[in-house]
Amino acid sequence: MSTQDIIDTLAGIEPGSALDAIRARRLQARENAQKSYLSLFEPIDAGDVSLTERAAVAAFVTGLHGESSVATFYRDKLAPNADGARLLEAIDAEIARGRTSGPYGSYPAGPLSIENTAGLIYRVSAASKSALGTRLAAALEHAHLLVFRPRDAAASDMKALLDAGWSTTGIVTFSQLVAFLSFQVRVVSGLRTLAAVNA
Amino acid sequence: MSATVNPPVVFTQNELGWVSWIDPLPEADLTERHFAGLVDRSRAKSEYFRLLVRDPEVLEARTKTDKDIFYNVADGLPRAERELAAAATSRYNGCIYCASVHARFASTYSKRRDDVQRLLDEGIKADLDERWNAVVKASVALAATPIAFGPDNIAELRSAGLDDAEIVDVINGASFFNWANRLMLSLGEPSK
Repeated sequence: MSTQDIIDTLAGIEPGSALDAIRARRLQARENAQKSYLSLFEPIDAGDVSLTERAAVAAFVTGLHGESSVATFYRDKLAPNADGARLLEAIDAEIARGRTSGPYGSYPAGPLSIENTAGLIYRVSAASKSALGTRLAAALEHAHLLVFRPRDAAASDMKALLDAGWSTTGIVTFSQLVAFLSFQVRVVSGLRTLAAVNA
Repeated sequence: MSATVNPPVVFTQNELGWVSWIDPLPEADLTERHFAGLVDRSRAKSEYFRLLVRDPEVLEARTKTDKDIFYNVADGLPRAERELAAAATSRYNGCIYCASVHARFASTYSKRRDDVQRLLDEGIKADLDERWNAVVKASVALAATPIAFGPDNIAELRSAGLDDAEIVDVINGASFFNWANRLMLSLGEPSK
């Protein structure tokens, strides 16, 4: 693949380094993490989720995890889109409103209920909602749930997305995008930590 | 969607079903593009995979990432401890379905079913042994948001005997379950 490996780039892994050699021992995983990124951000069919929506959700999700090379990367991906500056302003405001610590949430009623942990039930502000539109506002609310309290997810959350204009296929792609970023940001963080310890 | 759902209310190593909240593709509608996305044709029988195959390119890449992280045991961390990382992540995020599958695998490959069950029953603070505690703690630190994984986790993994390649397997396995848990938890629910 001609494109530079995105995890290596974000984690600062140099060709020929010790971590480069370790990553080469899981070549299929490395190549398919890259293909996952490409199929989400350079899809062959963006009919159900636009490229701008993908970049906007990614900027929000990675921003909720705190400042990082990954968050900067996706902010930079959103900025050049039509409406990018306006969306970025709204998303920055929503990241500030949505930052908290997870995972929290509730279990099905029963013995695990003693582990239920309360936390922020995030909703987009009225001001941002008009900047983002119905679809993206619903997406940000669901993305926040996926990031911080995935065990709270319920069938009614699927209905909220469908009601906001998301197709069933669009929900699958959007869910994959948030879930993939949850993976990518952690691999990058873990590899960066290991590289720093060895530096 | 399907028949009656009977959700489990505890973490278990028993086999569970999974029921989608939105429409999977009907098996009869699957094309070769979809089968490429499923990777294993037999996955067409699974409601979960027939839902994810609505975006076949992402599913294919996700599946191949998953398989290499967990099944490529030519070198690196033993399979049992990769499964432990997956089970611990799922326990912490609260994914009863994922925890059941990967706790079973951890038991199968480690022959330490009782220790695995204590992870499920007591949670991520269960005292297993130095090596397993370090793997669980590192997985949990990675799953937290903001991410809490740091140099102390690496020091503990090293002191428990893991080399850097094995530590990368922990990072990959635990990180991957932050992907898997979010799909399983949010697109449907487990059923006994």
